[in-house]
Amino acid sequence: MIDKRCATIAQALHDVHDGATILISGFGEAGNPTELIHALIEQGARDLTVVNNNAGNGEIGLALLLKQRRVRKIVCSFPRGSHGHVFDELYHARQIELELVPQGTLAERIRAAGAGIPAFYTATGAGTEIANGKETRTFGGREYLMETAIHADFALIKAERADRWGNLVYNKAARNFAPVMAMAAATTIVQARHVVEPGELDPEAIVTPSIFVDRIVHVPDPVRESDHLAALDKERAS
Amino acid sequence: MKGWTRDEIAARAALDIPDGAYVNLGIGQPERVADLMPPDREIMLHSENGILGMGKAPAFEDRDMELINAGKKPVTLVPGGAFFHHADSFAMIRGRHIDVCILGAFEVTCAGDIANWSSGGNAPPAVGGAMDLVAGAREVRVIMSHRTAQGRPKLIEQLTLPATGRAVVKRVYTELAVMDPAGDYFKLVELAPGIHLDALEQATGAPVSAG
Repeated sequence: MIDKRCATIAQALHDVHDGATILISGFGEAGNPTELIHALIEQGARDLTVVNNNAGNGEIGLALLLKQRRVRKIVCSFPRGSHGHVFDELYHARQIELELVPQGTLAERIRAAGAGIPAFYTATGAGTEIANGKETRTFGGREYLMETAIHADFALIKAERADRWGNLVYNKAARNFAPVMAMAAATTIVQARHVVEPGELDPEAIVTPSIFVDRIVHVPDPVRESDHLAALDKERAS
Repeated sequence: MKGWTRDEIAARAALDIPDGAYVNLGIGQPERVADLMPPDREIMLHSENGILGMGKAPAFEDRDMELINAGKKPVTLVPGGAFFHHADSFAMIRGRHIDVCILGAFEVTCAGDIANWSSGGNAPPAVGGAMDLVAGAREVRVIMSHRTAQGRPKLIEQLTLPATGRAVVKRVYTELAVMDPAGDYFKLVELAPGIHLDALEQATGAPVSAG
């Protein structure tokens, strides 16, 4: 029998080791696996490399992980947010390493890892500072950069619905990086709002097939970052 | 010197988008274009975080933070819209399927170079999807203010900031004018009401040709 459900969120994250590379889904607030990140904070692993589109907002989820000084390096496209003070302070104090990657290149480097492709060529970034130190090649008279796959030890992602085999469906724009991240990690851990039995998800609508998923945690009522940010603003104003 | 308001600039940029186009809007001023589309055209808005058929901003009480645009602001989905993951979204961009993208910028040159990802100072750089868009969209247009808060021209001959892309910008919309980068000068397309050519020339750090 295949049952990837974990009884507790702590159990789902028990083997995350110091120095691990972790893919974390989400774009802005949409698709952030905030409860998994909070469980990772509890779990204690440090010296992490985190791959996410952003660098956290407010003092919740990824921003809280950064604030706890558990992240050595962040790989992202847009380390700026409406409430991005935690990353800003670490960056200015040179207490975090930043690898800035154009967003499409970031998504494709993750997809490539999941698809068994070690590197690819893209015109994105050619002739800019992003090209520094990268191999270039010309195809059809245009210059392209070689970009390498991003493999990870773990992926933490958020889904709307999962079955116990690990088939996943997402909600609206909360899908973003999760399907490619699920492919690229040795161990993919999902927090899902609803967990159902195999056969209940429409096979034509499944976005992430179960082969890419290792562990599922049921989080029926995830925290909303926007509520946290509104509370933070209110606190500051008073 | 006044010229167009921010909404008038966005509406002017929207006016140039042809019926049937697939369009990506960048963060900041370009986001406003979504709300000011001419009603007589069917234009499909792409948002890099996995939306085709992005609609207008919702009423406050209808906000859904799992339906946001590239600037992380709540949006809606038009009937017939679709969701997809990030690698597919950037395949649409990199694979030259996007007809027009409208970006914000720190600087644009008369050769069509654009800088919009690194202010060169202490602030952390933030590229987002800008480099993918300038490399992949079939046409790149820019909405920006004509000068910095200190009054320095942002439309210039040579970039002073790190480039996002070279010779890619085809049209620029500012509060003073619509202009096309034309090599060693900007070609004037339209002046904002009340703006005279000599004032535009003075505010621009590169030659302007009205001819």
